[in-house]
Amino acid sequence: MTPAGSLLVASALRKSYGPTPALDGADFSIHPAEVVAVMGPSGSGKSTLLHCLAGIVQPDSGTVRYDGRELSSLPDRERSALRRGEFGFVFQFGQLVPELTCLENVALPLRLSGTGRKAAEARAAEWLERLEVDTVRAKRPGEVSGGQGQRVAVARSLVTRPRVLFADEPTGALDSLNGERVMQLLTDAARDTRAAVVLVTHEARVAAYSDREVVVRDGKARDMAGAA
Amino acid sequence: MSIGHTLLGLLESGPRHGYDLKRAFDERFGHDRPLHYGQVYSTMSRLLKNGLVEVDGIEAGGGPERKRYAITDAGITDVAQWLAQPEKPEPYLQSTLYTKVVLALLTGRNAADLLDTQRAEHLRLMRELTQRKRGGDLADQLICDHALFHLEADLRWLELTAARLDQLGKAVRA
Repeated sequence: MTPAGSLLVASALRKSYGPTPALDGADFSIHPAEVVAVMGPSGSGKSTLLHCLAGIVQPDSGTVRYDGRELSSLPDRERSALRRGEFGFVFQFGQLVPELTCLENVALPLRLSGTGRKAAEARAAEWLERLEVDTVRAKRPGEVSGGQGQRVAVARSLVTRPRVLFADEPTGALDSLNGERVMQLLTDAARDTRAAVVLVTHEARVAAYSDREVVVRDGKARDMAGAA
Repeated sequence: MSIGHTLLGLLESGPRHGYDLKRAFDERFGHDRPLHYGQVYSTMSRLLKNGLVEVDGIEAGGGPERKRYAITDAGITDVAQWLAQPEKPEPYLQSTLYTKVVLALLTGRNAADLLDTQRAEHLRLMRELTQRKRGGDLADQLICDHALFHLEADLRWLELTAARLDQLGKAVRA
């Protein structure tokens, strides 16, 4: 797939931690509303790729362009604003604030962007319903199951209507049935809102929810659309 | 598994007699199912008829089993096409895939590309099944899940083999 019309494009990314290169000339691109699975063995550099794409980690060299803007040239403040407003994140676990209720957790990104409590919680409630976990709105993360907690996390990642959702092993801590349901809900919601999804996973059944897959091996990314 | 392509691939390293081909096949791929001599000779006469092999020499006083076969250019092209073409993903493909990987390594072709091509084909079918599952009832979902779990097992094997290609390359060339 060519980068033309892409929302997020990375070129020739290199990043080393000590003497070991985690990324060694990786390229990547994603279109709006596209779900791309990033696969590869452990330690191949897939999480580093996600972190560079999201502007969390600065590559040693290479570029990441989001909607025509180069991430590394943006001041920290603007990059943070971008991450808060236009990017959403779902990780394997540990992303909800334990002291807040599930509803407050989902409303949090809106509150941080200046939305009033009432409006933020109303939107959060809609997302909890959409992810089929409105029954746990008053509970704290420690009081809900793993599958429910992960759906709350997905609701929180999408409540700001991000244009890119970064999901790093989003079903890694769930059993098959819960994992499948989370993937269905996540990809349905992302398609409805036309969010692009960068989905890091080592599970083929999770990757099967994507439109195409990229395999990271030895720090390089191969687009498998051209392999078959 | 295509015995014809496998025998052709084994001929790429140099001409061999039929009995020699059978021994090479059994040693590498026969495991619990060695080839019958009859299979070797019927396969070789078909390959000969199709111009994929030629008779390189006949030992004096010998019957058909004393023929020495050599692969032709058309035969080499045929092996290359077979190796490059992904298999239709279905359960229990391992013996065919294993044979292809070993032949690619033996003949100096890119075994990693072969595995990647097959991997993409597997994931393409897994996507189709996932899509069908989303729109289906519980029965569809269970049937698709069964196929998905089998394909996933194959895919894991492909990944593991890709990670061990260097090791396997050394072993088959030893």
